[in-house]
Amino acid sequence: MPLTALASATPVPVDILRFNTCGSVDDGKSTLIGRLLYDSKSLMEDQIEALERSADITGGGQINLANLTDGLRAEREQGITIDVAYRYFATPRRKFIIADTPGHVQYTRNMVTGASSANLSIILVDARTGVIEQSRRHTAIAALLRIPHLVVAINKMDLVGWSEARFLEIRAQFEEFLPRLDIKDVKFIPMSALNGDNVVDASVHTPWYVGPTLLGHLETVHIASDWNLNGFRLPVQWVNRPNNPTDASLHDFRGFSGQIAGGIVRTGQKIIAFPAGIVTTVKQIWTYDGPVEEAFCPQSVTLVLEHDIDISRGSMLVGLDHLPGSNTELQAEVCWMHARPLQPGKRYFLKHTTHTVQVSVTEIVNKLNLATLESDPAPAELGVNDIGEIRLRAAKPLVFDGYAINRLTGSFILIEQGTNATVAAGMLCPPREIVKPENGDYVI
Amino acid sequence: MSSYHLDHLQHLETEAIHIMREVAGEFERPALLFSGGKDSICLLRLAEKAFRPSDLPMPLLNVDTGHHFPELNEFRDRRAQQLGGKLIVRTVEDAIAKGIAQPAPGEISRNRLQIPTLLAAIEEFRFDCCIGGARRDEEKARAKERFFSFRDSFGQWDPKNQRPEIWNLYNGRLNPGENMRVFPISNWTEMDVWEYIQRENLEVPSIYFSHKRPCVRRGGQWLPVNALVPPKAHEEVRELVVRVRTIGDIISTGCVESPATTTGDIIAEIAAARVTERGSRADDKSSEAAMEDRKKAGYF
Ligand SMILES: Nc1nc2c(ncn2[C@@H]2O[C@H](COP(=O)(O)OP(=O)(O)OP(=O)(O)O)[C@@H](O)[C@H]2O)c(=O)[nH]1
Ligand SMILES: [Mg+2]
Repeated sequence: MPLTALASATPVPVDILRFNTCGSVDDGKSTLIGRLLYDSKSLMEDQIEALERSADITGGGQINLANLTDGLRAEREQGITIDVAYRYFATPRRKFIIADTPGHVQYTRNMVTGASSANLSIILVDARTGVIEQSRRHTAIAALLRIPHLVVAINKMDLVGWSEARFLEIRAQFEEFLPRLDIKDVKFIPMSALNGDNVVDASVHTPWYVGPTLLGHLETVHIASDWNLNGFRLPVQWVNRPNNPTDASLHDFRGFSGQIAGGIVRTGQKIIAFPAGIVTTVKQIWTYDGPVEEAFCPQSVTLVLEHDIDISRGSMLVGLDHLPGSNTELQAEVCWMHARPLQPGKRYFLKHTTHTVQVSVTEIVNKLNLATLESDPAPAELGVNDIGEIRLRAAKPLVFDGYAINRLTGSFILIEQGTNATVAAGMLCPPREIVKPENGDYVI
Repeated sequence: MSSYHLDHLQHLETEAIHIMREVAGEFERPALLFSGGKDSICLLRLAEKAFRPSDLPMPLLNVDTGHHFPELNEFRDRRAQQLGGKLIVRTVEDAIAKGIAQPAPGEISRNRLQIPTLLAAIEEFRFDCCIGGARRDEEKARAKERFFSFRDSFGQWDPKNQRPEIWNLYNGRLNPGENMRVFPISNWTEMDVWEYIQRENLEVPSIYFSHKRPCVRRGGQWLPVNALVPPKAHEEVRELVVRVRTIGDIISTGCVESPATTTGDIIAEIAAARVTERGSRADDKSSEAAMEDRKKAGYF
């Protein structure tokens, strides 16, 4: 749709829904995305031709819809997804960013990658096998990442004779463990990704199902913004100091550039600069398009401050209400993504916002048992694809929020020293203490 | 609350600016790959938004295949100068002369040869990061790539072993000799790029707009007639009103018949298009995995 038409006709901004597929290997995730693109007429002629060409070689004449997202040679050879593929499409009602993630347990790290930016996850289950450990693992990860909406797609209904009883049985398997995961909005849809039943068009085989098709649901589900507008946070990415500016007014320009990770900031507002803990005032909110009076999460801005304070990359500028926590002792839920296990005593780099610090693991509190979705206390280690709660000690204090309050200031990754591998995704538990003023400043 | 709402282009913009600044914060010697094409034109505006009022904290780098459209190079040089940016150009010609790149017998395309040329430039200037304008919607191997795409000390991409990339926390840590390619507009579509060009009122090379040009019918597309693409006796040549939708080398870029003379016309044309932008590039059609293979070898 041309932007000109949009701008004049509708003042309401376009809505983007980001969603991902998950579920066990071969449950039909890539086929579903292919079907969704195909039936919603989102494919171009050359893409359809390419599909048909590859069908002649490998598919015995049948086109393979999964080939649309399984873009790597190794994926097409093995018929599995190895890494996330991103696809973009739009209907007149919404724009969509799709992440098709792999189901194979070996590539769980890539599933976490695709799911971490989603507003909605589609969990596929093969109607013949029902819920298995990998279905529970992916559901648990979606819950841990706090993805607000889930769709459980009970797929391959064509292979179970479109049985409503089977649909209800699998739905009951989910409903048995969902309460343990704190997931609120779940929709169950019976479908056949292969044949297109209930994907874009309603199926004639499921008269007993009265709900929406998948696309109908994706177009209408209400998505609230991910962004937290309470509690101003600006992690400083880069200090903006022009070298030899020709413009004399820029001689003493010193700005702090970053993306607002929470709340709203206004000129004249008081803020605290951490780690110095000193209170100052916002003199100007500089942007390329001119100074603004007010800016909000997730805009990228450059702040000019009243006082000269030691602020550099990794510093955090914070508003005076809704104060964050600060500590060197941290507790977090982690999803472990590396073959070398996490063990107490090991050291890693932790990247939180724009700040990288050394940490050591002081304790593994528990590990999620994927058979029962209960926590087993005090395991010796967390192995690859395990989920658990850990305690860390950081070399320098972190200024943070709980992940449930703010995704951007409550998340971190762990990096292995030496190999630089990204080994864990972490979600911080709420801080035990909030920063407090001492003689006007907030010393941490 | 509606005043605290970003539209989809503003979302894409703030995501890209954040990535640009992460590059400036995490790397010692970054470069920005600037070809003069529409995607890298957007990159340059995003860099201005990320770093002004300072100078851009990285030079611009272009690998000149020697088969560029002249309009493209003219635009590239002029735009770099307007910005006050430092532009480094390394040519395939030169790389061949120095023995860095070795054409196969009869190899006319510079597609493969730009890879060693780029890798040599990275080594020469010890760049630890190159920002590029690739988008995931262009091609299915691109659709698999991270924002921060790790390359080993041979410049190779290992698609089976990419670093997890979670939330907006990018791991830019490298060991000596390793390299990062960073793609801030990964999530942009062709439509987003043109809408952004329109919103920001950005100049683009003239060949994106409709013009008269003699074209020769070859391999199902209209190639521009020029010294490198002389028509053969049996081939059909016509003077057409065309534009290019994506700019590759002058020997492989198909022209599309189009009356589009403004950015608005182009946006309307793309909205109605039935083929993808890469549908007009011969270099990606050669095999199902052409792009994947080039990226594994060190292509952007
Ligand atoms: N009969 C039937 N087969 C299906 C259906 N959906 C998918 N399949 C088949 O199931 C197989 C696996 O499908 P994929 O889409 O590759 O599965 P996936 O979930 O993407 O697998 P991974 O990404 O490797 O985890 C293919 O042979 C599909 O044709 C369905 O609704 N009915
Ligand atoms: Mg798949």
